[in-house]
Amino acid sequence: MESVSEIEAAAEKLAGEAGLDEEECFRVTMAVREAAVNAVLHGNDYDPAKLVTASLEYDGKSLIFVIADQGKGLDPDKIPDPLAEENLLRGTGRGIFLIRSFMDEVHFKNIEPGTELTLVKHLVPAAKKK
Amino acid sequence: MALTIASREVDGVTVLDLSGRITLGEGSVQLREAIRDLIGKGSKSILLNLGNVNYIDSSGLGELVGAYTTAKNQGAALKLLSLTKKVKDVLQLTKLYTVFDIYDDEASAIASYK
Repeated sequence: MESVSEIEAAAEKLAGEAGLDEEECFRVTMAVREAAVNAVLHGNDYDPAKLVTASLEYDGKSLIFVIADQGKGLDPDKIPDPLAEENLLRGTGRGIFLIRSFMDEVHFKNIEPGTELTLVKHLVPAAKKK
Repeated sequence: MALTIASREVDGVTVLDLSGRITLGEGSVQLREAIRDLIGKGSKSILLNLGNVNYIDSSGLGELVGAYTTAKNQGAALKLLSLTKKVKDVLQLTKLYTVFDIYDDEASAIASYK
């Protein structure tokens, strides 16, 4: 889980440098953390032989985070809706939902082996510090 | 900051004062064990004070739900007290705000068990 903390810290630093306010910074950082946890836990199944890679970029307009695992792949269409009545009391299944809620764009790519998740947050003037 | 848990009794209610983060590897296991311990000792009224919890991730949410259902299945009531804005936002977003009994002040929370 050390890699998750490192990715989380780097995302928080970059989001702060990009000028996001505290609330947006929290949301972006949390989305990145959830993606990293998914990669380690559900993607690589805690296998220390498998790598999680992360790239973080701010191009002046958007924050772009790409996180990849080497697991067996993920079909985002098969993830149960955590807001459905029958799923509300489930112990898992909220990570992808939170990522989608907090980011402007979320893209899944099957990279065989593994999944590459791209998270994008567009910066609008109102979100930047004056 | 890892999670710290302090326990106290108020009018027959076990109040767990949580401080720190409830995340995978940083508190979710401690919370699970603390709840199991209380249930095992026969506690029927449990109040989680989240006033000093400023971060919860999806694993932490899962642990809160697990604690709630574990308590309910054993005939105990688990309620939440003093949510910080960040935790409240996440609970609302995931509709878990509708699942839990949530209180802003301790006196009202304690009274609700009677």
